[in-house]
Amino acid sequence: MFTKNQVFETIEMVEKEHLDIRTVTMGVSLLPCIRETAEKTAEAVYDRVMKKAERLVPTADAISAEYGIPIVNKRVSVTPVSLVTAAFPEESAAVGRALDRAARELGVDFLGGYSALVHKGTAEYEEKFLRTIPEVLATTQRLCSSVNVGSSRSGINMDAVRAMGEIVKETASLTADSGGIGCCKLVTFCNAVEDNPFMAGAFHGVGEADTVINVGVSGPGVVRHALSFCPDADLTDAAELIKKTAFKITRVGQLIAREASARLGARFGIVDLSLAPTPARGDSVAHILEELGLSVVGMHGTTAALAMLNDAVKKGGVMASSRVGGLSGAFIPVSEDIGMIESAEAGNISIDKLEAMTSVCSVGLDMIAIPGDTPATTVSAMIADEAAIGMINNKTTAVRVIPVPGKSVGDVVEFGGLLGRAPVMPVHSGDASKFIGRGGLIPAPIHSFKN
Amino acid sequence: MRAVVTVSGTDRKGVVAQVSAFLADNGINIEDVSQTVLGGQFAMVMVVDIPESGKTLALLSEEARRLGEEIGMSIGLRHADIFTAMHNV
Repeated sequence: MFTKNQVFETIEMVEKEHLDIRTVTMGVSLLPCIRETAEKTAEAVYDRVMKKAERLVPTADAISAEYGIPIVNKRVSVTPVSLVTAAFPEESAAVGRALDRAARELGVDFLGGYSALVHKGTAEYEEKFLRTIPEVLATTQRLCSSVNVGSSRSGINMDAVRAMGEIVKETASLTADSGGIGCCKLVTFCNAVEDNPFMAGAFHGVGEADTVINVGVSGPGVVRHALSFCPDADLTDAAELIKKTAFKITRVGQLIAREASARLGARFGIVDLSLAPTPARGDSVAHILEELGLSVVGMHGTTAALAMLNDAVKKGGVMASSRVGGLSGAFIPVSEDIGMIESAEAGNISIDKLEAMTSVCSVGLDMIAIPGDTPATTVSAMIADEAAIGMINNKTTAVRVIPVPGKSVGDVVEFGGLLGRAPVMPVHSGDASKFIGRGGLIPAPIHSFKN
Repeated sequence: MRAVVTVSGTDRKGVVAQVSAFLADNGINIEDVSQTVLGGQFAMVMVVDIPESGKTLALLSEEARRLGEEIGMSIGLRHADIFTAMHNV
């Protein structure tokens, strides 16, 4: 069954190496909530989320106690709200506030899905919806928003990219008194996935079942610890070790996902294999890369090390679970990873290097503070670059940058908790306004025509 | 329901007796025990069977943790499935 050493190995992973279930996320369809007015729709949305997720937090807490594995976050994702409020888009905020209230009363830390999918074109109702995002994020606490602006099948909607640069800037401005924290709850995607359990980009896809449980595992500390025992192994052996470790981590996620979905009467959705760091020491993806032999993350060799790590995590995880999905890879958020924070503060990692890293891992330019006076068109250009990497490489990419009002390069912004702290990083100073102003659609790549 | 009890810490007299008494008081049957002392460090793993009619696993786990605090050891009580899942293909 298992040996005594294996028992203590598991306990050490939990107690000393930060192995945990990062999130149990319940996806809830809001399609049955559409009514003739915004007010009635908001009421129906609130009622449905409260009813479906009523037992989410106590159930997750009970499972955590029984299995002795921390479940750090309990979350809810919902159908993209732009679809639910299409008949009255200017009043979408009413639904947003109802969702935020439900999240608070349920005791979940974040609720995702104040979202729109505009990768091929922006309908008039979606354009109006997008313009509500800054105000809604500024007046809610737990609601998260995401917008999908491109895909490998459809190309990149550059009109939406232009709009998102402006929306990111406006969100930062409206939350200026807290360092632009609204932008921490706003992600712009290419190839967004419909079953992502992680915030801020989680939403419940329209192709999903009515109510599902998606689980995100974590454990950068476990991987680093395992690698520390073989400092002289070649990279083939190191990859093998990462695979085995990822297998063990994912098996825990599979067990918890199955148990949670059974107890909550929901369908078992997916296990997301991502290595998700936190600002805590010993829970860093950057430190895994350094354990592999790089003196500091961000130097030459970082992309290669990350590619190997990401691939090995997937191979081990896929073996461990029959239902793998979500983003599944290594996350490289700057403010949420102590190794990234320290490297950025010392000037050892640049946005250009982070962009290169996003071509080999999930997900994108994540939790990066940039100067508050960065033009909206430059933010749009960053989004366009990331979307292009995702579109061409058939992978999810995203941008979650924070143009911190009143701050410039060298300053530090504190978000607190899991959001961590971020040194303001420099962006290129050229002018992209002509390029972004062109709008239109960057056509889908030739290799998208697979039918 | 099968669970795993783990006990670790600096070796001292009476640990096995105190843990066994706690399990017996709750009607829990010990199915397997493995215990070692190395360099003064005590480590024990028990596989136990918990009756469905008794206290919940969550409550027993909390009580085991508190017992550990009282006797100066680290005691965990967890559902066995987590170990089976992690260490078996």
